[in-house]
Amino acid sequence: MTAETIDLDAVSVRALNRCLQGREGPVAGLRFVVTNAKGGHALAVGLTERVQVRIRGHVGYYCAGMNQLAAVTVEGNAGTGVAENMMSGAVRVTGDASQSAGASGCGGLLVIEGSASARCGIAMKGIDIVVGGSIGHMSAFMAQAGRLVVCGDAGAYLGDSIYEAELFVRGRVESLGADCVEKELGAGDACRLEALLAQAGMDGDATKFRRYGSARQLYNFRIDNAAAY
Amino acid sequence: MAGDWPERRWDTFPPHVISEIHRAADQGLYYIRGTGAQRALPSFDDLVFLGASVSRYPLEGYRERCDTTVTIGARHASRPVELKIPITIAGMSFGALSANAKRALGLGASAMGTSTTTGDGGMTMEEREASETLVYQVLPSRYGMNPDHLRTADAIEVVVGQGAKPGGGGMLLGQKVTERVAGMRTLPAGIDQRSACRHPDWTGPDDLAIKILELREITNWEKPVYVKVGATRTQYDVALAVKAGADAVVVDGMQGGTAATQDVFIENVGIPTLPAVRLAVEALKELGVHRKVQLIVSGGIRTGADVAKALALGADAVSIGMAALMALNCNAPLYLEDYEALGARPGTCTMCQTGRCPVGVTTQDPALEARLDPEEGGRRVRNYLSTLTMECQTLARACGKSHVHNLEPEDLVALTVEAAAMAQVPLAGTGWIPGRS
Repeated sequence: MTAETIDLDAVSVRALNRCLQGREGPVAGLRFVVTNAKGGHALAVGLTERVQVRIRGHVGYYCAGMNQLAAVTVEGNAGTGVAENMMSGAVRVTGDASQSAGASGCGGLLVIEGSASARCGIAMKGIDIVVGGSIGHMSAFMAQAGRLVVCGDAGAYLGDSIYEAELFVRGRVESLGADCVEKELGAGDACRLEALLAQAGMDGDATKFRRYGSARQLYNFRIDNAAAY
Repeated sequence: MAGDWPERRWDTFPPHVISEIHRAADQGLYYIRGTGAQRALPSFDDLVFLGASVSRYPLEGYRERCDTTVTIGARHASRPVELKIPITIAGMSFGALSANAKRALGLGASAMGTSTTTGDGGMTMEEREASETLVYQVLPSRYGMNPDHLRTADAIEVVVGQGAKPGGGGMLLGQKVTERVAGMRTLPAGIDQRSACRHPDWTGPDDLAIKILELREITNWEKPVYVKVGATRTQYDVALAVKAGADAVVVDGMQGGTAATQDVFIENVGIPTLPAVRLAVEALKELGVHRKVQLIVSGGIRTGADVAKALALGADAVSIGMAALMALNCNAPLYLEDYEALGARPGTCTMCQTGRCPVGVTTQDPALEARLDPEEGGRRVRNYLSTLTMECQTLARACGKSHVHNLEPEDLVALTVEAAAMAQVPLAGTGWIPGRS
């Protein structure tokens, strides 16, 4: 099936989103190519159908925000909050991502082939995020559920105040945040990680990763933990 | 002789301060409680209306119409919110409140043609079904944030802060984090849930503008977007919210309530609602958007007089939280033994954080929740809203106004110098407005 091209030099972001959201007619199963993105904000947000979207060029804030079911590929870099609060579907960034990638994501798979800036996976709630490069500081802050996989290095305070999310890092972790600890990478964990890497299209030996999660020491207020807050 | 020395009130160390020092020394942790500021603050009580006389003439109290309708969000939204009364129900979470309480609020608000609001933790189906007009909050925690719910809402409220704790995040202690509450928030049950105080994907007003753009794109530019701020640097915050594209701004004064926050935060951060209204109106007027971007004021609204005074100072609507809970019997003299078990008494209970609310409002305990019948609660909320509306109309008619929005600062004078300065209306019996003349 050939893809329909939507040129953002010719139509507005409003028109683009209305089309991709199926407000102008059914889109399930269709493919779209978006050209002249030019760093535009809020592109391909609020999608609810199994539609394939390829965006040529860099995008601004919140690309593919709150995505449901759709597969969105950014052929370039992404601004702040790519795939924020994604519920399902797949979002891929072939370049780098700015801060808060996958913030508060509830489901689906976000793949960043390059690196991601600070707060990657902040408040994540079930999303899987795979980063080919490195991530910035305060990533996975208050991460509640889901998996964050980093093939490169992680910045300072990784997983600060983490809940039940799982973090996997192949490179160096500058420092861990409050209540985040290294955990054993068992055979089952490596197997699950290998499957996720394959799903993300990333090469790599899962056993080379280190696994991090919550020590669960700050789940309830205790005076003995006051210094950690 | 010591025995001859008369007992003297100790202003520096009154009994509640001494008690708190003892508690802190015992527990080593700040005190967490519910409700709002308990300290005496300048308030709407310090203003009175100048009823009509020879120089003005009133409307007939029982015959002439005094309209109360308000439209919110026509600046950008294709489907603005139309309310029959300028009194809305403030955002309060399922989790902090029982499902029955949320449903009762929805039923009561709907019966009066006004809106209710979700809270931290997302939207429950009971709440959506009971609420004809429902405002969906987008909070820093994003607990329960769901685009399907966003699309079913009637308006969106981006919460930056609340009056009880501007600059602070939410808190829900483990005893209220049941399986259902935890499931909606994607958290383990029983933990002391701490919400973030900053949004995860935007930080300043320029980012907020893009965030609002995204929310509008997701919802097809249909729904009004409110921005809620706790009252602090109100003039700047309101101006920045307008610049970011808000259709309406909600300003919550420090008398506003909370389900659980540090007492030191509740009592010492923010400014009272009285000056906040005036500052917000000044900001809107300076930008030429007063009455175009609606101002909703909350924090300690209790009576129709409070409503009328907020509107007279320039608000388009008010929002009530704690008072609505009181309509549901919060602090009512019922189940006295359960108050006693909490170490509280009806009339002064602030034990929302415990989850042991004797009247079933701020609890997740099924037995306690069952004490609140949502249908009966809805009737009580409707009655209370109706009373507030009639009181407000009474005052507006006395000032000769055929719509409550026609009330104006010129209708008010202040009883204290402080209130005159904060509201920028004359001290009663003088033409003096501190700081102006």
